[in-house]
Amino acid sequence: MSQTITIDPVTRLEGHGKITIQLDGAGEVASAHFHVTQVRGFERFSEGRPFYEMPGLMARVCGICPVSHLIASAKACEAIMSVRIPPTAAQLRRMLNLAQMVQSHALSFFYLASPDLLLGMEADPAVRNVLGLAAANPALGRAGIGLRRFGQHIIELLGDKRVHPGWVVPGGVTEPLSAAKRDQILAMLPEAYANLALATDAYKQIAGQFKAEVEVFANFPSSYMSLVHEDDSIEFTDGTLRLVDAEGKTIEDGITANRFAEAIGEAVEPYSYTKFPYYKPLGYPQGCYRVGPLARLNIVKSMGTPKAEKELAEFKQLADGPVASSFYYHHARLVEMLYGLEKIEEILADPHILDKHVRATAGVNREEGAGHAEAPRGVLHHHYKVDEDGKITWANLVIATGQNNHAMNRGVMQAAKAYVQDGRFTEGGLNRIEAVVRTFDPCLSCSTHAFGQMPLAVEIVSAAGEVVDRVVRD
Amino acid sequence: MSKVKLATVWLDGCSGCHMSFLDMDERLLELAELVDVVYSPLVDVKEYPEEVDIALVEGAVATVADEEKIRKIRAHTRTLIAMGDCAITSNVPGMRNAIGPEPVLQRAYFENASAQQQIPTEGLPKLLRTVRPIQDFVKVDVYLPGCPPSAETFHTALTALLTGEPMDIPALTRFGA
Ligand code: SF4
Repeated sequence: MSQTITIDPVTRLEGHGKITIQLDGAGEVASAHFHVTQVRGFERFSEGRPFYEMPGLMARVCGICPVSHLIASAKACEAIMSVRIPPTAAQLRRMLNLAQMVQSHALSFFYLASPDLLLGMEADPAVRNVLGLAAANPALGRAGIGLRRFGQHIIELLGDKRVHPGWVVPGGVTEPLSAAKRDQILAMLPEAYANLALATDAYKQIAGQFKAEVEVFANFPSSYMSLVHEDDSIEFTDGTLRLVDAEGKTIEDGITANRFAEAIGEAVEPYSYTKFPYYKPLGYPQGCYRVGPLARLNIVKSMGTPKAEKELAEFKQLADGPVASSFYYHHARLVEMLYGLEKIEEILADPHILDKHVRATAGVNREEGAGHAEAPRGVLHHHYKVDEDGKITWANLVIATGQNNHAMNRGVMQAAKAYVQDGRFTEGGLNRIEAVVRTFDPCLSCSTHAFGQMPLAVEIVSAAGEVVDRVVRD
Repeated sequence: MSKVKLATVWLDGCSGCHMSFLDMDERLLELAELVDVVYSPLVDVKEYPEEVDIALVEGAVATVADEEKIRKIRAHTRTLIAMGDCAITSNVPGMRNAIGPEPVLQRAYFENASAQQQIPTEGLPKLLRTVRPIQDFVKVDVYLPGCPPSAETFHTALTALLTGEPMDIPALTRFGA
């Protein structure tokens, strides 16, 4: 008799998914899937709308990384307009994207993952959350809130709203930066550095306790893809894509947004509303790859800022070649946040940052355009076609979470085999299987998202498919 | 005095309303003195509790699972707050209503896919024909408009609810704010 273990909803994710684990007659894990359970249809209902509305509309794909959608969408529009945005606008957008990366990584690290890391995988589920963390370690709880606030406050200063700012438009941004706002951001930096140092120290102190998790948390060789700057340093907003293999050797380099569709295809699996992108020349699923903080740090040769550079060198010591365990996504986020703070400081020191010319204008000069940016969770791609009046006739989005879909599913299978044995499992074991998904910080709002209706349950299913017994976890 | 039981729920929204809720920042810690978060994407409770005092619901009703959920929430909640424009008008998710679910699925899983084209169904909830606001299904007690409502709005509204003070929502926020 086979059994299905359902974890529904998977909690402490941005959005809802569920996990099913199918056991065979002997109680061994036969298959495991991570389901994303909703679809929203942006690619279709944007049709007929004026292209210049796209950034504002597409930002509503996701309230956690609206800035990356704004930027990728604006860049696709600029390809349609055939304009280059003023350099100051490019720098301001870069800063906005970094502010978002910091707030989103802070959310992932403190609000979603650190209850597992700092309270423990086996901690009481009733307190295993950010408020439980704040009660157990007030300084760290406040540091997390403070770092997230830092990023959100910069977004508010630049774009007037913390969530869904309207400031990024095709051609640049609507308002230049004032000296007063620049100084306000600069004044916020020392606190942000201190909060991050607290978190990094705490992580490094406890990371050694998770050797067993490192082994089975989506720990396998894979390819990786991310944007890179022309000098091989990290890049979130411009640059071109590089795909590397499991040894870190470049498979393809210099992939521009225009060429993305030639290189990357999307497969569909019956169990998820989120698709499975892959590198076309290798086919599906061999061409699947990972994106996001782990991929970026595995690919880039340097960070380009002094403090983060040291942290990158330490990170690269974790493995000989690319770091393969997804557990280290957490570590990579800390390194990237440090880069974000340093880079924001550097951008603000540029005397041209207060320039008033921040927007280029043009009409429709091409009928097709694509743009990309790094979202906190990995590269994000927008691709549009328009008619001669600039109305959208077709759109496609490839979001970060989809590109990690295959690895998340493989990781869930790997962890399920480790934590479900002879049909037996513990609450802490199932939490670890969920924690594998949390390492990727999947943004299910981006791919879609939903709301599961079942509690964590084990269903014993007869050969005829009927549920004959059901055990519910409280 | 026992703490007020608070739930937060995601239906078909972008999570921006939840992010704006979190934008209360340090004030969340003060709130935690007064409420227990008994159900939320941010905590590890898998089943909606029997009795909830206040539920903040983000997003519209888009699938059969959303519909089941909102009815269950209503049955076990004293004060149900529609949080944000998607919950109140169906807003962005409602933009697929003019088209219907089939073309949406066709575009995503056939036209814009290059391998194994099919409509996913295994273990996934079916889409409703139209995406509708939550008051089409259940009674809503408080409406907090905005896309999203600001952290200030959340703070003022929740403080009023917790202390029993009257609140002037139009003074706080509006559609699309
Ligand atoms: S109302 Fe706006 S912010 Fe809230 S879920 Fe809907 S689109 Fe997102």
